[in-house]
Amino acid sequence: MSKTEKFAGKFEFLEHTADVYIRAHGRTMAEAYENAALAMFETMTDSDKIAQTKEETVEAEAEDQYALLYNWLETLLVKFETENMLYSKFQITDWKETSEAFQIKAKIWGEPFDPKKHPQKVAVKAVTYHRMVIIQEVDRVVLEFILDI
Amino acid sequence: MGESESRAAPERVPLEKVNDYTWQIPKYKPAMRVPGVIFANQALLEKMQTDRTLWQCSNVAQLPGIYKHAITLPDGHEGYGFPIGGVAATDYDNGVISPGGVGYDINCGVRLLSTTLTEAEIRPKLAPLAETIFRNVPSGLGSRRKDFTISSRDLESLVVEGVQWLINRGLGWAEDAEHCEEGGHMANANPDKVSSTAKSRGLTQIGTLGSGNHFLEIQKVDKIFNQKTAKAFGLTHEGQVTVMIHCGSRGYGHQVCSDYLRVMEHAVQKYKISLPDRELACAPGNSSEARDYIEAMACAVNYAFCNRQAIMHWVRQSFQQVYREDPEKFGLKLVYDVAHNIAKLETHNIDGIDKKVWVHRKGATRAFPPNHSAVPADYRSEGQPVLIPGSMGTSSWVLVGTQKAMELTFGSTAHGAGRMMSRSAAKRQYWGGDIKTALEKRGIVVRAASASVLAEEADPAYKNVDVVADVSDKVGIATKVARLVPIAVVKG
Repeated sequence: MSKTEKFAGKFEFLEHTADVYIRAHGRTMAEAYENAALAMFETMTDSDKIAQTKEETVEAEAEDQYALLYNWLETLLVKFETENMLYSKFQITDWKETSEAFQIKAKIWGEPFDPKKHPQKVAVKAVTYHRMVIIQEVDRVVLEFILDI
Repeated sequence: MGESESRAAPERVPLEKVNDYTWQIPKYKPAMRVPGVIFANQALLEKMQTDRTLWQCSNVAQLPGIYKHAITLPDGHEGYGFPIGGVAATDYDNGVISPGGVGYDINCGVRLLSTTLTEAEIRPKLAPLAETIFRNVPSGLGSRRKDFTISSRDLESLVVEGVQWLINRGLGWAEDAEHCEEGGHMANANPDKVSSTAKSRGLTQIGTLGSGNHFLEIQKVDKIFNQKTAKAFGLTHEGQVTVMIHCGSRGYGHQVCSDYLRVMEHAVQKYKISLPDRELACAPGNSSEARDYIEAMACAVNYAFCNRQAIMHWVRQSFQQVYREDPEKFGLKLVYDVAHNIAKLETHNIDGIDKKVWVHRKGATRAFPPNHSAVPADYRSEGQPVLIPGSMGTSSWVLVGTQKAMELTFGSTAHGAGRMMSRSAAKRQYWGGDIKTALEKRGIVVRAASASVLAEEADPAYKNVDVVADVSDKVGIATKVARLVPIAVVKG
């Protein structure tokens, strides 16, 4: 099964000269967020080699939905860099929207990065707002964003 | 894949040819305060027209307080808000400062070491040397050095004091600091303006190469174009071995950029700044938001100088381990260390008047002329060394700054090759193993943490760095001194 088929319906990598350009899909915003996170870890390694042995909870908060997507991904990236953890399963458990803020809570599953087990692809430097797109329709959501590498 | 996706700019950007290497974007929109200027040959220009590079240049020309022109250099390509390979100078009092005009990898830069060895002398030891460097210098995903850890308190001192902090602890030689831009220490660094997230990312990554386009190469001098200047820089003959280190401020700098982009988004509203693109988020130079950014950025600049300093120390150590002799015996002197992503307060002559300006260099190298006080004393008669790394397996360049650069580009030139091909396209076309074999056939030893990075960084994925150096030389904003070619590559 090719990579493209394996993640069909979840996310795909778009063409970009210098960086990694991702389009993530979901039936709901929460599902699209989960697939966006999976795509980021697939950028760094083979996500199907990340065992889901440790369960953790994370939160993200922002003033608008673009910043929320950014913060969600950045939170996970920072966990990798500071705690050496990789994740391959994500479940948004709580989604709150008020006029001032967006807040999410999620359960995430993964294991510590082990260079012998997890093939190295490219390290992600940062999430960016560049070409960020959030399309929300009745029964589907599309997210596009660029990771600086 | 073949995703249909609009790569082009939202509008056609008009261009007027000035000469074979200079094009102008006239003030075709009322919001443009100054024209744009592009330094490129026809082929490089055509590449820029396939994405948003020129449109972004026209946007930068709309920044409050911008002087003379928004500049795009020969290696220019689409970036975050600002093109990568660009320069913008804004007024000290009435201009703005923008983190997007510096980029995520603050003080991503290059350092070059000279040695007393020739290629023939190093050949027998080249493979073990590359292997030892690969082991001693952490590279690739999640890399960290287990036996070099620093405390949070150390990190505060390191980002304030710069490379001297490491030299004082035995990681370097006394003379290293003066051969770094800013003396390896940018003033006004204030760790109180850096978030705890940035600090925690920085703690684990000091002294690591990273991945992507960052690399460490053992090279040889392939051709000398300017004997006198090359000699002053310690490059004395063709075949001489050099070492080049290309990396930046790692997660520390990326987080500083990320944090302050958010601050600037609010500042744009607070100060009612009208911008053509949200990604240009900025604040007036005299605002607290801008000053905080500059103080935090200076910490990241110093972090990056220290990162390269620590890596250089372990390169010297690797020579010692392989040859079992003092590294001094092989020279291993620091030629220079330059920043490619930085904003600095400088004085430039604008229409006959010396003015203090914020020079944003994003994917651009400072190229100061002879007799400038910022050039190290022993190079002052020649001008500042300019280091332009190529892509993996291709040449890299040493150029020298000029007076022409002060007149045309606020003392700046290009910084590298710039990509031609997307990473996914490169991966479809090349396989890491083949790239490694091809390089090894050419006598280049390769040690890489990731095969997919090797494919993504394949040479044809990049513009030809020789052409970029050529345009810089022809325009006169930095002239050729020496071309270096790799004999061993270490990559993340």
